[in-house]
Amino acid sequence: MIYRENGQFKTNYLSDQQILPIRQDRIAIALLLIVAAVIVPLTATEYLFSAILVPFLVLSLAALGLNVLVGYCGQISLGTGAFMAIGAYAAFNFHTRIDGFPLLLSLLMGGACATVFGVLFGIPSLRIRGLYLAVATLAAQFFADWAFLRIRWLTNHSSSGSVSAGRLELFGLPIDTPAQRYLLCLAFVVVFAVLVKNLVRGAIGREWMAIRDMDVAATVIGIRPTYAKLSAFAVSSFIVGVAGALWGFVHLGSWEPAAFGIERSLQLLFMVIIGGLGSIMGAFFGAAFIVILPIFLSQFPAWLGLPLSTTAAAHLEAMIFGVLIVFFLIVEPHGLARLWSTGKEKLRLWPFPH
Amino acid sequence: MNGVASGTLPRTLVEPQPEAERDVAAVMPSTTSSATARRRAGAPILVVDDISLRFGGVKALQRISFEVREHEILSIIGPNGAGKSSMLNCINGVYTPQEGSITLCGRPLRRTNPHKVARMGVGRTFQNLALFGGMTVLQNIMAGRNFRMKCGIALQALRLGPANREEVAHREFVERIIDFLEIQAWRNTPVDRLPYGLQKRVDLGRALAMEPRLLLLDEPMAGMNVEEKQDMCRFVLDVNDEFGTTVVLIEHDMGVVMDISDRIVVLDYGRKIADGSPEEVRGNEEVLRAYLGGAEAAGSA
Amino acid sequence: MGFLLETIIGGLMAGVLYSLIALGFVLIFKASGVFNFAQGAMVLFAALAMARFAEWIPQWLGFESALLANALGFIVALALMIVVAWAVERFVLSGLVNQSGVTLLMATLGIAYFLDGFGQTLFGSEIYRLDIGIPKDPVIVADGWFEGGLLISREDVFAASIAGALVVALTVFFHSTAVGRALRAVADDHQAAQSIGIPLGRIWVIVWSIAGFVALVAGMIWGSKLGVQFSLSLVALKAFPVVILGGLTSIPGAIVGGLIIGMGEKLSEVYLGPLLGGGIEIWFAYVLALLFLLVRPQGLFGEKIIDRV
Repeated sequence: MIYRENGQFKTNYLSDQQILPIRQDRIAIALLLIVAAVIVPLTATEYLFSAILVPFLVLSLAALGLNVLVGYCGQISLGTGAFMAIGAYAAFNFHTRIDGFPLLLSLLMGGACATVFGVLFGIPSLRIRGLYLAVATLAAQFFADWAFLRIRWLTNHSSSGSVSAGRLELFGLPIDTPAQRYLLCLAFVVVFAVLVKNLVRGAIGREWMAIRDMDVAATVIGIRPTYAKLSAFAVSSFIVGVAGALWGFVHLGSWEPAAFGIERSLQLLFMVIIGGLGSIMGAFFGAAFIVILPIFLSQFPAWLGLPLSTTAAAHLEAMIFGVLIVFFLIVEPHGLARLWSTGKEKLRLWPFPH
Repeated sequence: MNGVASGTLPRTLVEPQPEAERDVAAVMPSTTSSATARRRAGAPILVVDDISLRFGGVKALQRISFEVREHEILSIIGPNGAGKSSMLNCINGVYTPQEGSITLCGRPLRRTNPHKVARMGVGRTFQNLALFGGMTVLQNIMAGRNFRMKCGIALQALRLGPANREEVAHREFVERIIDFLEIQAWRNTPVDRLPYGLQKRVDLGRALAMEPRLLLLDEPMAGMNVEEKQDMCRFVLDVNDEFGTTVVLIEHDMGVVMDISDRIVVLDYGRKIADGSPEEVRGNEEVLRAYLGGAEAAGSA
Repeated sequence: MGFLLETIIGGLMAGVLYSLIALGFVLIFKASGVFNFAQGAMVLFAALAMARFAEWIPQWLGFESALLANALGFIVALALMIVVAWAVERFVLSGLVNQSGVTLLMATLGIAYFLDGFGQTLFGSEIYRLDIGIPKDPVIVADGWFEGGLLISREDVFAASIAGALVVALTVFFHSTAVGRALRAVADDHQAAQSIGIPLGRIWVIVWSIAGFVALVAGMIWGSKLGVQFSLSLVALKAFPVVILGGLTSIPGAIVGGLIIGMGEKLSEVYLGPLLGGGIEIWFAYVLALLFLLVRPQGLFGEKIIDRV
């Protein structure tokens, strides 16, 4: 009754192709943005910012990037952590070695460096696919692990590979308080989400999905698989690189190579699977889930009066992840995002059953 | 659908031509010789010369030669396993024949990639429906327009001005194809939810979206009932009529083949055993023995 | 010269240990077309089970013999692995029949996470000793030919002989028994195998049980060498390059691939390492696998993959 499209007719293709064609959706998103940009900074606690909101935003960005590659283009990658590391360390080098280099530019240059390597490690995808490609991306992961530990130049000659971003400043304004950090991440996420949505509903998005669904048929209708796959790797690694830079600069402050190891790559893959492959919303759902679950697991048993040790909670978390991955792959391969959109479909008809 | 039964002519992609130039027989597949006589065949657009294709020890094609003239409808027929789909795959560049040459619009195809052949103006549908299951009907057909879209990724990401205009222009073209194939009601449905007959139309629509000069159709009427076959025949004939698209068609339904083809090539076990007009092929001894199974075969569906 | 030989032999021995883990991969891939990311977790789970039961059973039943404890621990652990195989078939594989390889890979990732967490919840997450009575002191051989002789670890020789015996047994199994043939049919095409009456579910339980057995043997040997601990499942990641090199469908390939990777790692660390700053073992195997993937994706002994449209 509330969520009906009655009376919302589109009279030209331009309006039919809008990102949010239904008026109720537009209102909902506008409200969400107002809450996120105005109300949250004024009311949230420091804990909420640093333990939940900022990690959620940065990981959503990384998951968005990974979803472009895995969900839309169908190329599996187990090396996402490596590209986050490249973004973080590259941004660090630009920021600290060049005096007065703007923060925004450092972050974007981090993304650009990640893009170069993303395309390089995407070249195997032109010849191999599926699980073979997964192993190839592992090569990127372990090579990056080693490089940031052993190649002194990359970390400004730090002995353990650990570096620190120092004071952050955007156009002269300091980024000190948790609220300011949060707003910076929010801005990046909103901008990138819109850009990716535009790509995905345009020509390149159709190319990626065509390659994912049936790559031989895609070539037969004139799509060049090289361009499609490498562009997916490029766009994906750019976003993941920027996310890595944000993770290091804004969330961690100082970091070491282990922050971007294989556990991070797997975690991002889980986010994308549980959240929903091939969906923008999916990145957010997945990231929210991954951020909230450990916190839930450490607090909830205490409420019930059965406190769990941290190791026990960690093991329980691993078990729950495992079960959920299998559950989603069997029952709803399109993840939480599909459950959400099915719910919306039902809402369209509510209160009628069909 | 009931376009034929109600007697209305289908909407077409260009302005309707004066009645005198349109032969109503073109939309009624059951009439034969007038359809054939009218067609204006031109110079050879595709020359297949001495093609041999092997997979390990299996000889899929042996020394096949034939040519296809522009604007004509050529059917390739033969028993299962005769190598018909393999022949189309060679033309498309999906398989590379070990021997022989294929010349398209005067240019030889040498170890080319399928996407280059596609850009030279060759469209293709598939026997097993190679549709993009994760996309809607509209997206599948729009994908056929992709190689004509020029805006780079940066412009697409910002979706301003030129990118928007390009998307809308191609959308208009695709909508006309959707109208032509009468699948408007399903344009936003994911293709894997459609019934088989509609999926076949989407496959055809995607090939048509490429505006091909040469259209390769691999069993476009397989698994259809009589009405659906009539609709599909109508679409094929209209495309050939209105745009002069050359059609190479693999089909098992002899009624359809005899009615709409200008010429027929018959394959058996990878060899060509006949090549000529429907009348010539119908009377050919070897063809009768290998495939049609006797004099009463022609006309059975 | 002696040092080079020692390095090579040391590398070959390490390679045998990788091969033991890779064998499990190949088995599962050969028989069900699944790339089992959880193989390492299975090794860890099996090793944990054996180590702990070998510790608990003497306490419960009140005897002292280490040999009996180990034997019973092995049997109980094997039974547990069969239960795991049954559970994997019942809850995971039966829901994903004929899905794409990537989907199955991600499902095995889920299994890996679950087994990691579950194993450590059941058995604890410290380092456990596993002593199966192999003499740990090395042996010096060939001291007539080389100065000081060559240092060879007896543990590694033991491991190598076990691996060799397993390879022979498994190869015979696959080629000469009816069950083996059925397994190969299933690997080719699930639906086709079902349509000729092969009981898919039961076959998968058999395969995963055998892979579980191989994982237990691998875990036992690795565990007695390094101690049973969580990092075992990460070591297993090394087995991926091994199967890429050897070919995903070849049992002898797993051995050869393991030997090459083991040897290559040691040699590259000793001779190439100092040039690049050391520690290149963590990526050498993967980069080698990557090069193979670009040049010869089916590995040394695998079957070529043809795409039909």
